[in-house]
Amino acid sequence: MSDKILICRCEDVTLKEVREAVEKGYDDLESVKRYTGFGTGWCQGKQCVAAAARAIVAFGGQPPAAPITPRPPFHPLPIAHLAALTDEEEAT
Amino acid sequence: MKPLPEEAGCVVVGAGIMGLSVAYNLARLGVERIVVVDRGYLCGGASGRNGGGVRAQWSSETNIRLMKRSIKICDEFATRFGINVWFREAGYLFLARGEERAKQLAQSCALQREHGLPTRILDAADVKKLAPELDTSRVVAASYNPSDGVVFPWPFVWGYARECARLGVEVHTHTAVHAIEETAGKVTGVVTDRGRVRAPQVICAAGAWSPELTRTVGVELPSHPHRHEICSTEPLKPFLKPFVGDLATGLYFSQSMRGEIVGGISNAEVPEGLDQGSSLRFLALYARSLQRAMPRLGAVRILRQWSGCYDITPDGNPLVGPVDEMEGLVLTSGFMGHGFMMAPIMGELLARYLLHGEERELFERWNLRRYREGNLLSETMILG
Ligand SMILES: Cc1cc2nc3c(=O)[nH]c(=O)nc-3n(C[C@H](O)[C@H](O)[C@H](O)COP(=O)(O)OP(=O)(O)OC[C@H]3O[C@@H](n4cnc5c(N)ncnc54)[C@H](O)[C@@H]3O)c2cc1C
Repeated sequence: MSDKILICRCEDVTLKEVREAVEKGYDDLESVKRYTGFGTGWCQGKQCVAAAARAIVAFGGQPPAAPITPRPPFHPLPIAHLAALTDEEEAT
Repeated sequence: MKPLPEEAGCVVVGAGIMGLSVAYNLARLGVERIVVVDRGYLCGGASGRNGGGVRAQWSSETNIRLMKRSIKICDEFATRFGINVWFREAGYLFLARGEERAKQLAQSCALQREHGLPTRILDAADVKKLAPELDTSRVVAASYNPSDGVVFPWPFVWGYARECARLGVEVHTHTAVHAIEETAGKVTGVVTDRGRVRAPQVICAAGAWSPELTRTVGVELPSHPHRHEICSTEPLKPFLKPFVGDLATGLYFSQSMRGEIVGGISNAEVPEGLDQGSSLRFLALYARSLQRAMPRLGAVRILRQWSGCYDITPDGNPLVGPVDEMEGLVLTSGFMGHGFMMAPIMGELLARYLLHGEERELFERWNLRRYREGNLLSETMILG
């Protein structure tokens, strides 16, 4: 199998890296996410989490009971849009 | 899963950076049969959720002295532990928007310089030179220490965990301690969801969970958990050198080696207790403050937000060392929002103190008994 197969296209995480993480004992979904960085990029795991979970199980890791904790916002949002949501004065 | 031993010389509860650093340093000094247990996975607690800021700019002599040494350990960590921690000597830039704050920064700066730090006070024009994208119209003065830095927190945890394993320390994740056990005022071990481990010494490195842990053996801590939220933007080409902090609003942000702007802001209105949720209110507060500080960031997108818990003490100083009322129980908690940067040096000093009695004066001061005796401490440069 090619070492260049990408699991996470946003963060360039390869299948090989997932295998290495599992071999090192980082063998549950949340640990593999932290060890490889998969799911922390532009799509926040929407595209890769299922593939990563399948790969972890295939390499002998823990079958995940749930997906990685989803982190808001659902879609990337510009700071200016978020800033317009409040008129609370900051502390001084 | 590796079976949990029935007996240990020392049980460390919490495999965050604090517990792992203490275990690693004890093992290095020859302590055997150390067992570290954690309810979750590595990097699951505050140690995997923080901003990675490491600085020696503090207002107390102790914090300055310790953080100078901790930064040195951070700087050498990659070589020593064979892992990339993405350390960047960014420098911390503290902005003052009022005379009172400016005076405070100047005082701390003088103390830091006495201790050999290259900290200097900047005026608005200097700030503009250092970070041209900042809006400096409301900046009265700033203090800048070019030798402070930012790191990527996760590899520190893995680095310590790996070295622990190499030195024979057993690290058991997915193992929750239900209670510490005692007989006649002496610790005898811990009960976990995977069985009992007998040990004459239990080190509480449970971060924000420390009060609930020590309560199982009747020890009340004065600290309490406080949710702190943080977020990160899409990655940008490197442009922002310093880690920027504003002690008045608690706004802070820096650019990580991955290019993202990572930051947060003080927020008093969060759910009480151990809550690791996220709020839109935080995003709005932070976004508004950040856009004011650096208007050009308005177009940049936030990718993810998360949170963790600070372990807040009433006097802003940690709770470290043996507990008088319970022989064998040792604390290393109460590190507010700066326990990550403290852990490398704390682990070393606490191990030396426990084994050889070194740094007695520091550990007397940071002991839990100061609350009973009324000898509270201070620190004016707390962020967040
Ligand atoms: C958003 C945020 C930003 C921060 N920014 C910075 C920063 O820039 N610089 C800095 O220096 N610090 C920062 N901090 C603070 C820093 O992260 C913490 O002070 C530090 O990580 C504490 O480390 P710890 O090992 O004591 O705690 P933790 O990493 O929280 O570890 C405690 C561990 O104990 C485990 N545990 C708890 N109870 C039990 C039990 N009963 N049984 C088994 N295991 C248990 C938990 O699962 C956890 O893994 C920040 C914190 C947050 C939340």
